[in-house]
Amino acid sequence: MDALIIQKPENQLTLIAKVEAHMGERLLGREEKSHYHQFKVKGADAKDLMRFLRDDASLGFSYFIDATAVDYLRYPIAQPERYAVIYTLLSPALGVRAQVKAFVPEGAPRMPSMTDLFAGANWTEREVWDLYGIEFLGHPGLTRILMPDDYEGHPLRKDYPLKGRGERGNFPVYHATTQKPQGGA
Amino acid sequence: MGVSGSTNDWATTTLNTAVNWARANSLWPMPFGTACCGIEMMAAFMAKYDTARFGSEVMKFSPRQSDLLIVSGRISLKMMPVLQRIWEQMPEPKWCISMGACASSGGVFDTYTLIQGVDQFIPVDAYMPGCPPRPEAFLDALMMVQEKAKKGQAKSQEYVTQDSGSDPAKSVAFRTPDAHYRHNVDQSTPAAEGKAG
Repeated sequence: MDALIIQKPENQLTLIAKVEAHMGERLLGREEKSHYHQFKVKGADAKDLMRFLRDDASLGFSYFIDATAVDYLRYPIAQPERYAVIYTLLSPALGVRAQVKAFVPEGAPRMPSMTDLFAGANWTEREVWDLYGIEFLGHPGLTRILMPDDYEGHPLRKDYPLKGRGERGNFPVYHATTQKPQGGA
Repeated sequence: MGVSGSTNDWATTTLNTAVNWARANSLWPMPFGTACCGIEMMAAFMAKYDTARFGSEVMKFSPRQSDLLIVSGRISLKMMPVLQRIWEQMPEPKWCISMGACASSGGVFDTYTLIQGVDQFIPVDAYMPGCPPRPEAFLDALMMVQEKAKKGQAKSQEYVTQDSGSDPAKSVAFRTPDAHYRHNVDQSTPAAEGKAG
């Protein structure tokens, strides 16, 4: 899959052992995925885990791949919180990927930003805020990135109506004024 | 155009007919390709389908030198003012082709962010069905526009003639958006509530 980075699945055992030792009780769970491991934590603990993954000498997750989010509203399987922000990292030294799944509560959807650890998190966190309304504390410029600046609401939330709340009938349009000279003027 | 006597080197016509004939055979397209329809549009312009045969080979990415707008792809709420401004920059007379299901009706994307047909904001001369349409359909639409141009017709002209001239509100070339999205908006959540957030 990766041209230059050799995948070494056997190193996942090292990763799991180190993360479990570091996080202890704060690790809500972990899940084996197809070619990476996912660690579930609370939103407040995510930054500590991300810093550990990046700075630990034997792990070296220096490559930030992506950040995305999930809305578990009306999800059939019970989840710790309604929202989850998912960060994907890659360790070139170890040859494995890791995901950090940070659960964010519905009432106060906010968690610390990862932009000071990974500069690549800047735009992806803006996208998560734009579409899910999860606030990232300490983000240098948390503004909309996909939706128009004057848009209200966060459309990828599960309780957002699919056809919108009237945005299609009420948005700024360009009005022609020079199509034809005004009569009498 | 009344060409008579090909053996003799003269012809009779009216000035309008000659101008319309020239316009129809030198349509300069302004491509607005935002999705997969744009790829089919490019294919139609390339050697195999070759719109140069119809005199419209000059692809101008400059609206001020164009007279045929080709909207090929999805248009979002954020993009619609841009498209309108490009349309306004094009000099008269001008024509517009709405290429594919998304540009014509929103296609499968009946969502919060997509325009349900660009004809609600700019006058469209030819609609093309398909998802995406084949280049043959593009040529068909181009020939439809040519037929209109030969007759001196353009949808944009109809909008101007509807103008009363005295009422500034009616001089706006486009319909205001509030009037025609109502059937798509959930009636239980009116626009004012959505705007209030």
